[in-house]
Amino acid sequence: MDLQDLYRDVILDHNRKPRNFGPLDPADVSLEGFNPLCGDRLTLRLKFVGDLISDIRFEGQGCAISTASTSLMTEAVKGKTRDQALALFKRVHELLTIDTANADELGKLAALSGVRGYPARVKCASLCWHTLESALRPPAA
Amino acid sequence: MTFSASEIRQEFPALARVIHGKPLAYLDSGASAQRHISVIEAVNDYERNYHANVHRGVHTLSEEATALYEGARARIVKFLGAKSSREIIFTRGTTEAINLVAQSYARPLLKINDEILITHLEHHANIVPWQMVCEQTGAKLVVVPMDSQGEIHLEAAIALMGSRTRMFACAHVSNALGTVLPIQKLVEAAKARGITTLIDGAQAIAHFPVNVQALGCDFYVFSGHKMFAPTGTGVLYGREALLESMPPWQGGGDMILTVSFTKTTYNGLPNKFEAGTPNISGVIGLGAAVDFLNGLDRAAAHAHETALLDHATDRLRKIPGLEFIGTATNKASLVSFLVKGVHPHDLGTVLNDEGIAIRAGHHCAMPVMEYFKVPATARASFAFYNTLEEIDRLGGAIEHAVKIFS
Ligand SMILES: Cc1ncc(COP(=O)(O)O)c(C=O)c1O
Repeated sequence: MDLQDLYRDVILDHNRKPRNFGPLDPADVSLEGFNPLCGDRLTLRLKFVGDLISDIRFEGQGCAISTASTSLMTEAVKGKTRDQALALFKRVHELLTIDTANADELGKLAALSGVRGYPARVKCASLCWHTLESALRPPAA
Repeated sequence: MTFSASEIRQEFPALARVIHGKPLAYLDSGASAQRHISVIEAVNDYERNYHANVHRGVHTLSEEATALYEGARARIVKFLGAKSSREIIFTRGTTEAINLVAQSYARPLLKINDEILITHLEHHANIVPWQMVCEQTGAKLVVVPMDSQGEIHLEAAIALMGSRTRMFACAHVSNALGTVLPIQKLVEAAKARGITTLIDGAQAIAHFPVNVQALGCDFYVFSGHKMFAPTGTGVLYGREALLESMPPWQGGGDMILTVSFTKTTYNGLPNKFEAGTPNISGVIGLGAAVDFLNGLDRAAAHAHETALLDHATDRLRKIPGLEFIGTATNKASLVSFLVKGVHPHDLGTVLNDEGIAIRAGHHCAMPVMEYFKVPATARASFAFYNTLEEIDRLGGAIEHAVKIFS
């Protein structure tokens, strides 16, 4: 495994300058993610217009992989419908865990495929996506 | 006796590994130390030639296995300066030993509003078992505060040793910070107030000799895998009178004298606390680790570890943006630190790419992390088999990581 495959320029850039970072007030949904392994915490806040994610921002502390993944995710799902975002969650999850998964049409998110070679770091990249998935699931009746 | 780190390293096969094309620099002995060759061979020899259940057979193999297993216990008795083999209980590790004391000693004793005193820098293994027994009994957990260097002061502990304090449990050495606690004085203060003491020696046992009678503690616990022996082994030392007074913890074979459906009588010490077939090969490996340590000039080994600590402190201090977490005056050979702009986890990955193994995380000491308001730290922990060159490599690799992430 090559370290440069993990820490690609896109990842380093989004770690240095996370996009959509900061509070979102008021938010329609706010959810916390916690990775007990590294002690990382993130708070994801979303606003909806109808079924559309009209805004998404995050706060928290995390490693480069976690921060970049969250930053990339917020860029990717802003303006998407719930279903589109959930479909993206599924694609990224596969990208992180399945060796043969392809990154077609994933754009910048393709940079996350390097994490696959570092099993201990997969959780860092997937934390925000799991948090997003919980936020998008319809509230239990 | 002379001591040479570069020679002793040769006796630890795993240290010869090459990781990502570079010689392994194993700086994670605080999490688990590497195995000495004599340990590997003792386990191997047992598995090949002597394996049988212990305490149960009249056949040759069982007698031999029993002799080896009990031989390891006799070594531990001497190693710790205990009075007899009745005071040495083999466990799965530190964690199990503390749980045993919490459930078998503390639980029957504790009344509502009694207090168990621990310190702020404990490993979760010396927090959670006490919280569980508090829930079961209505007792309260009281915590001795820590200062910003990561020190625990005798006066702060004494101030909390009250008439309701039944138990004082603390680490000999902090795994997250390296602080060596003033346990001799802490134990004396507790004893003077009639408080039972348990010392978590997990991080101490590989670094300096421990004598439980000189220390005067009631219980002392440690894990084999942090002193070059196999995982799944550990020791509970307990004063005989206390162990004698305690009910068994787990029931099963070996811990009984007679069993009928109406009444069971328990075996004597130490078997009373060793229900079921134990980790025979692991314990034999632990015995070999004791022999290895006894054959070592421990003062010289410790002096080398101190040199490693001093060198690491000097070298890492030169890195801009690096901050030490835990700066006690008396420290065991480990450094816990943060590097500005580089998360400990990323640092761990970059260092691994250089063949350097460190720990990144909360070190099972979340209250310590909370105190310093950090989610995690990077920790390099040393053993006498580490070298000054490895620390230089650590310094260079941290600087490399800073460049990557800036
Ligand atoms: C101070 C301290 N106490 C307890 C433990 C728990 O030891 P084990 O996991 O071997 O039971 C550790 C191990 O990291 C430790 O460092």
